[in-house]
Amino acid sequence: MPAPEQRRIIFQHIDEPGYTNDIDCYLRNGGYEVLKKSVGRKPEELIDEVKKSGLRGRGGAGFPCGVKWGLVDRKSGKPIYLIVNADESEPGTFKDRYIMHQDPHQLIEGTIISCFANNVKQAYIYIRGEMPEGARILEKAITEARAKNFVGPNILGTGYSCEIYVHRGAGAYICGEETGLIESLEGKRANPRIKPPYFPAVLGLYQCPTIVNNVETLCHVKYIAEHGGEAYAKIGTPNNTGTRIFCVSGHVQRPGYYEFPAGTITMGQLLNDVCGGPLPGRTFKAVIPGGSSAKILRFGERFKGKRKVGAEMVDYDWGVEDVPMDFDSLGMIGTMGGSGGVIVMDDTVNMVEALANINAFYSHESCGQCTPCREGSLWMKKISSRMVHGDARPQDGALLKSVADQIPGRTICAFGEACSWPTQSFIAKFTDEFNNYHEAKKQPKPAAANVLV
Amino acid sequence: MTQPAKPDLVTVNIDGKEIAVPKGTNVIEAARLVNVDVPHYCYHPKLAVVGNCRMCLIEMGMPAVDPATKTPVMDPATGKQKINWIPRPQIGCGTTVSPGLHVKTTSPMVKDAREGVMEFLLINHPLDCPICDQAGECKLQEQATGYGRGYSRFIEQKNVKPKRTQLGPRVTLDDERCVLCSRCIRFSRDVAGADVLGFVDRGSYSTLTCHPDKKLDHNYSLNTVDICPVGALTSTDFRFKMRVWFLKQTNTICTESSVGVNSVAWSREGTLYRITPRRNDEVNDTWMADSGRVLYKQVQSAERLASTASLDTLVAQAAEVFKAAAGSIAVVGSGRSSVEEQFLTKKLAAALQASVSLVSRTAQGDKLLISADRNPNVRGALVTGLITTLPSAQLTALAADIDAGKVKAVVSLGEDLAAAGLSAAQLAKVAIVYLGTHANATSAAAKVLIPTVTVFEKAGTFVNQQFRIQKFIQAIPPQAGAHNDLAVLAKLTTAAGAPAPAAEVGTLWPSIAAEVPVLANVLFKTLPESGVLLDAADWKSLPFVEGETLHYKPTAAAAAVASPQ
Amino acid sequence: MNLKTETFQRIDEVITHYPVKRSATLPLLHLIQEDVGHISDEAITWIAQKLELQPINVLEVVTFYPMFRRAPIGRRHIKVCRTLSCALSGGYKTCDTFEKEFCTHRGEISPDGEVTVEFVECLASCGTAPVVMIDEVLHEKVDVTKAKQLSAQIKAEAAARK
Repeated sequence: MPAPEQRRIIFQHIDEPGYTNDIDCYLRNGGYEVLKKSVGRKPEELIDEVKKSGLRGRGGAGFPCGVKWGLVDRKSGKPIYLIVNADESEPGTFKDRYIMHQDPHQLIEGTIISCFANNVKQAYIYIRGEMPEGARILEKAITEARAKNFVGPNILGTGYSCEIYVHRGAGAYICGEETGLIESLEGKRANPRIKPPYFPAVLGLYQCPTIVNNVETLCHVKYIAEHGGEAYAKIGTPNNTGTRIFCVSGHVQRPGYYEFPAGTITMGQLLNDVCGGPLPGRTFKAVIPGGSSAKILRFGERFKGKRKVGAEMVDYDWGVEDVPMDFDSLGMIGTMGGSGGVIVMDDTVNMVEALANINAFYSHESCGQCTPCREGSLWMKKISSRMVHGDARPQDGALLKSVADQIPGRTICAFGEACSWPTQSFIAKFTDEFNNYHEAKKQPKPAAANVLV
Repeated sequence: MTQPAKPDLVTVNIDGKEIAVPKGTNVIEAARLVNVDVPHYCYHPKLAVVGNCRMCLIEMGMPAVDPATKTPVMDPATGKQKINWIPRPQIGCGTTVSPGLHVKTTSPMVKDAREGVMEFLLINHPLDCPICDQAGECKLQEQATGYGRGYSRFIEQKNVKPKRTQLGPRVTLDDERCVLCSRCIRFSRDVAGADVLGFVDRGSYSTLTCHPDKKLDHNYSLNTVDICPVGALTSTDFRFKMRVWFLKQTNTICTESSVGVNSVAWSREGTLYRITPRRNDEVNDTWMADSGRVLYKQVQSAERLASTASLDTLVAQAAEVFKAAAGSIAVVGSGRSSVEEQFLTKKLAAALQASVSLVSRTAQGDKLLISADRNPNVRGALVTGLITTLPSAQLTALAADIDAGKVKAVVSLGEDLAAAGLSAAQLAKVAIVYLGTHANATSAAAKVLIPTVTVFEKAGTFVNQQFRIQKFIQAIPPQAGAHNDLAVLAKLTTAAGAPAPAAEVGTLWPSIAAEVPVLANVLFKTLPESGVLLDAADWKSLPFVEGETLHYKPTAAAAAVASPQ
Repeated sequence: MNLKTETFQRIDEVITHYPVKRSATLPLLHLIQEDVGHISDEAITWIAQKLELQPINVLEVVTFYPMFRRAPIGRRHIKVCRTLSCALSGGYKTCDTFEKEFCTHRGEISPDGEVTVEFVECLASCGTAPVVMIDEVLHEKVDVTKAKQLSAQIKAEAAARK
C-alpha cells in the first residue's frame, strides 16, 4: 500500500519558498486572525474545543492537552503561568526547531490563544540553549507582535493582557522534563520535583499553577481554535487525532520531517516510501521510533496480539514495517511514539556500539538526584564503553540488562525510564550480538561503518 | 498546660498490622510506630522531603472501590475488601497516609528495589570503612548488611572526587563517601538559615561543596555531621579520636543557655570524646549549637580545681568561717547549679541566716537554640524559692553590704565575685568559702576552697526557659580531688547547724517534692527523658530576658524586655 | 565587574522579566559569557550580589549546565554533535577532522589559540546530521570534506585578521 499524502497543518509554511519569519509575511498568510476571533470568545469555550479535539501533547508523553488544562488549579487566587517547552532535547527530535526558526508567529499566536483560554498573564518560552538563533528570532517575533498589540497590555482592546518572554536553557536535557524545566526557570539546577505534591497544575512555577506545553502542541491549539475541536478530531484516528510530525534521522535516503494525519502511516511506508528506503547496498537493521529513549525495534521481529478496531477486537500480526505510527499502536508493541523522532540504523551498525553511544548521552544528562538513575546510567555507560574500548565479557550483556532493570519506576521523573529502556530493549532484541561482542569486535568492521562511541 | 487537640487519626495497614496514625504522617513514620524499619538516607523527620535517595521504596495499595457504584470490591478469597496494589514502588517519605492505605515493606518488589539502590550507592563508594570515622554509626554499613546483596558486580573505575575538604572550621568532607542525599544542604539552608552548601557538577559526578567565599562556619555546622548518614561529613574535632562503638552514651543537658538542649555525652573510661544532640521535639528537635559541644573540654581543663585535703577537712575549715562570721554571712547561689543544688543552697542559707543573691549572665540570643539567658537554671532557683526576683549581673547590694561591714563572709556557689563587680579590696575584706570547678579571681582569694564537679560528673535537673524540668545523668566519674556539689552542700548545711539533708539526687527528691509545691509530682527517677513542663503561673509576670527561640515564645511581659535584641 | 555598557543594560532589563530575581540567573550567565567569554569567580560573586543570592546558588547552576564555561576558550568555538544520529552519519570523523586541522584535542584550545573543538550532546538537527555549531551558527551535513572547508575558512579569516 502506498504511503498516504502528507498533510501539513503545522509545517504548512516550513521550507516554503519566499516564506519569511517576520510578522508581515505571517499576516499576509492570514496570521493572527485566529487570535482576533478567539479573544472574542469565552475562555471556557476554547478549553472545551481543545478537550473535544482529543489533542495529545507532542513533547513525548502524549498526555491529552485538554486534560492537562483541566487539572489547573483555578481557585488558588495565585497567577497561572504558561511555559512553552521549547527545550527539544530528546535525541532524534528536530521539529520544534523549524517552527521556531521559520514560523515563530504561529507559535506565538498559539501561545497567546492558550494563555487567553487559561487566563494566563505571563508566559515564558523555555528554549534550549543550543538554539541562540531561535531565541533571537522568537524575541524579534514577540517584539513585532507586541507592536501590533497581539502581545502585551490590553490585547486588541479586550482588556486582556499577556506578556511573553524568552528564556534560554544552557545544555541540559533534563530541562525537557516539565518540573526540571520549572526549577531551571526559577534559576536553579534542573532537578525534577517529586509528584506529589509538586504537580505543575497546582504547585508549578513560583509555587503557582502552571501549564507546560510543547511548541508543536501550542501550534495545534491555534489550528483547533481556528477549525474547532470536532473538525480537528476528524483528522487522524480516534485517540490519535490531528497530525503527527515525524523526524527521521540516521540511515535512510531522505532523512527529514514529515507531517501526516496521525495513525495513517506505517513504519514501512514512512521509511521506504517517504524516506526512500535504506542507503544503497544496505538493509535496515533496527529503528528507534520515538526519540532515543524509546525502546528499539528490530527488523525481522513480529508483534502479535489483539487490538481494538472500532468496537471490536481484532488480531494483529505485524512486522516492524507494518506498525502504524501512532501512540497506541507503538505502545502496544512495547515501545512508544514519544516525540516523533525516528532513528534508523542499518546493517553497518553494531548494536553494542550504538547502545554505548546512547548510554554516554544519558549518563551525561542525568541530573543526579535519584540514586538509581544517577549511578545506574553511568554504570551502564562504563560497562558499554569498556566493552567497546576495553575488555568485553560474554556476561556483560546480562549485567547491563540487570543494571537497567534496577532503574525504571524507581525515580522521581521519567528519566529513569528514558535511560534504561534503550539498554533493556537493545539487549532483549540483540542478545546474541551482546553475548558475542568480545569475539565480533576482533573482526574487521564493514567499510561503511561509522565510529559510534 | 493545655492538652494539644487530639489529631485526626487515619487507620493504615503496614505489613498486615493495622494502626491508627495521625493524619499527615508519612509511611516511614507510620511504620516506625509498628516497629517496622523503612530504610532511608535523604529523609529526615525535621527536614523538607526531597525523595531522592530512593531507599525507602515500598509497595503500596488502596482498597478497591467500584468506580460506578462507589461500593467496596470484596476479595472472595479473604472475604475482605480487595486491595489494588500499585505496580511500581512508591517512596515512603513522600507518601502521606490516607484511610485504608496498605503498605508492604518486605515484598519481593521492595526487596529488589532496596538491593538495587544499595548496590548503586556502593559502586562509587570507596568502601574505606576501616579508616572511616562513621564506621559503627553508618547507615550505608547498616543497610548494606540489612538490605544489600552482599557481593559486588562492579568492575569499572570508580569516580574520583575531592577528599579531606575543609568545609569550615569544624567540618571535614570526603566527597567520595557522599551519597548526595542533600540533608546537610537542607539543614544549613532551612534550619540554620545559612545557604552555604550545594552540589556542583551533575549526575554521578555531582559533588557537595561550599563556595570559597562562604564557608560552612555557622554555629550549627556540626549538625550536618550528625545528620550525614554516611562518612562524608565528619567532625574535625572528633576525627580519628575514637571508634564510636567503644563509647558509652549518657543523656545530658547542655548548659550553654536556658534553652536546655537535650544532648548525649560520649565517653570511654572516664574521658569524654564528644557531645551530640538528642531529639526532643519540644525543645531542640534534633539540633544543637557547635559552641555547646565543646563544653565537655572544661572537664580536663588546666584551670580545673582539685584538692588533696579530704572533704571533711575542708568542711571543718568552712565551719570555722561560719562561726567567726555568724550573722554576717551572704550566700551567692548560681543559675548554673542544678535544682537539687539550689534546693540545698537555700537550706544552707537558711541555716546561716544568710542573704541570697544570684548572678545573671546574658548575651544576645541566636533565635534558634541559644537564648539570651546564658544560665541554664535561673528558673530552677525561682522554683525552689532560692530567689524570688530575677538576678542582675552585678552584685551591687552585696558590695555595699561588704563596704558597710554588714557582710564578713561570703559563700559562693561557683560564681566569680570579681566578674560580678566586686573589687579586689572588697574580696580581701571578707572570708570567702568558694565551691567551684575552675580557678578564677574568687578562688584565688578564697579562704576555703572546695573543688566541685562539672555537669558531666554528676546528675541532676535543670528547669529551662519553658519551665520544663529536664534531667541530666552522670557521664563520667569525678576528677580526683573534686567533690560532688550536693555532698558538699549537705555537709556545709550540717556544719551550719541544721539537720543533715540527703546528699544524693535520688534520696533528696522526696524532700524536694514535699517542700516545693510545683515539684510535688516530680521524682528524679521517673522524670521522662523529654522532661516535664511545670506550672509557671507564679512567675508569669517576671521580665525574663529571653527572646524567641526554636520552641519558645516569650510571654508578653518578657517580650517587652527582650524586644531591644 | 567589567562589562560593556550594553551588557549592563540588558542585565537590568532581563531581571524585570521575572517576579523572582533568582530566575534571572541563567540569563545573566548567558549575557556575561557572551560579553567576557567565560564565567569567572568574580562573575559568580557579582551575579549572586546582583540577584541577592548566595554565591553557592550561582556556582551550583554554573556547573550544572554544560554551556557555561569556567575558563576561556579559543577564538572560535567548534561544537560537534556526538549523539546517535550524528554519530551514525559520521560525527566522530567530523570531530577528528577538526581536531587534526587545528592540531588540537577535544576540549582544549588549539595551539594557535584560534579554536576550541568540543563534542557536545544532541543539537536537535538530527535530520541534517552530522551537525556542527561554530560559535552561534549551525552547520549541517558536515562530513569530512565540509569540515575541511569550514576549517580552511576559519584559518583564512584568522590570517586576514593578522
